[in-house]
Amino acid sequence: MFGSYEFDWSSIPVSLGFLGQGLMVSLEITALAIVAGIVWGTLLAMARLSSIKPLAWAAAAYVNLFRAIPLVMVLLWFFLIVPKFLESFLGLPPGSDVRLASAMIGFALFESAYYAEIIRAGIQSVPKGQLAAAHALGMSYPQAMLHVVLPQAFRNMVPLLLTQAIILFQDTSLVYVSALADFFGAAYKVGDRDGRLVELVLFAGAVYFVLCFAASQAVRHYQKRLQTA
Amino acid sequence: MEYQWNWGVFLLPSAVNDGTYLDWMIAGLQTTLLLSLSAWVIALLLGAVVGVLRTVPHRGLSGVATAYVEMFRNIPLLVQLFFWYFVLPELLPAAAGDAFKALNPIAQQFVAAMVCLGFFTSARVAEQVRSGINALPRGQKNAGLALGLTLPQTYRHVMLPMAFRLVVPPLTSEFLNVFKNSAVCSTIGLLELAAQGRQLVDYTAQPYESFVAVTVAYLMINVVVMLLMRKVEVLVRVPGYLGGK
Repeated sequence: MFGSYEFDWSSIPVSLGFLGQGLMVSLEITALAIVAGIVWGTLLAMARLSSIKPLAWAAAAYVNLFRAIPLVMVLLWFFLIVPKFLESFLGLPPGSDVRLASAMIGFALFESAYYAEIIRAGIQSVPKGQLAAAHALGMSYPQAMLHVVLPQAFRNMVPLLLTQAIILFQDTSLVYVSALADFFGAAYKVGDRDGRLVELVLFAGAVYFVLCFAASQAVRHYQKRLQTA
Repeated sequence: MEYQWNWGVFLLPSAVNDGTYLDWMIAGLQTTLLLSLSAWVIALLLGAVVGVLRTVPHRGLSGVATAYVEMFRNIPLLVQLFFWYFVLPELLPAAAGDAFKALNPIAQQFVAAMVCLGFFTSARVAEQVRSGINALPRGQKNAGLALGLTLPQTYRHVMLPMAFRLVVPPLTSEFLNVFKNSAVCSTIGLLELAAQGRQLVDYTAQPYESFVAVTVAYLMINVVVMLLMRKVEVLVRVPGYLGGK
């Protein structure tokens, strides 16, 4: 069924170290963005549910804006435009390269909009009586949120947060547009250098598939256990 | 150094004298719309078939459909795009591969991007179709079978007419995603909206104007699609169901 293409996989074993470094970069970006996304997303979700109207509107505008723009555009904004702005605005010395840090921040800001929506739904899934009871016990609003509402909300959200983490891990491949050497960037570089793009793209796809499929099966298993428990 | 805003930049003739920069943006917008809509048609057709197959009581068929969905959902879109554009033409039988490479480069990029987005989105559509079918009361299928309809007839005349209507609201977000995901196709050189915006940065030295224009264009696509889908949702909603009359 295949054409006359002759496979040559020999570039992969000799480049495993480089590809492994790329994978580590992808995982680091994933971990950073998950932590930043959950923290910032929780604040956004609480702001959106706040009774202070301007705060709620601002949070809603933020979430809707980031969810309406392609991730590629966000990354290009933070890779090409924001650094220029920072340079002239902060008067950074010439030669200081803030582009990668900026792209990372853009990625985290983007993903936190998606986390904010999941967390908002999680907070709303906690019965109102819980907050009232916490207030009746004399807790302040922050105490009630921190000790009563959020712990329950997060427990309900765990499967969704994990599923979003898998999507986020796949999204990291798009930092390719910002020249950050993530796993896919590394695979592309090796394939391009050796003229073996076919093998390297197939290899990268297989690695992503194995990791994401295993993770999503684990989430599904965990979800089933939650439901039966 | 103060930044010089100049919104008139879009009316300047382009560097290669093929109209104004505004024409570039409009060409990019057209490509984005054409690409996304044609991919959406592929996604709906394939997604409907695969989604139905996932629910049929036949191990082989539902297994194949499940494998299809898992495959397209667990590989990043960018990797899939590179597969369709760089890898598949090499692996096809020589005649088909050569026919693809004989197309002009823009057509090659467009076809690869369209097929890629179509298949990628079809797996997500299939999941929605499946959950639409599974959301039907079990009695509907049993009633169809009890009336003497065969299983395919039950699907055709009883289950699918309902399921396809129930599935429309959740499909709205997938429809929005097609337009957003189409921006990924700028990575293989397709000159859609995001790529034109980036090109304008290089040619005009007015990066803010160009990026603001592209971002606003994506926001507008978003708003138009949402308004459109709201109309469609009202048209197809089922009385008696949540969101129905």
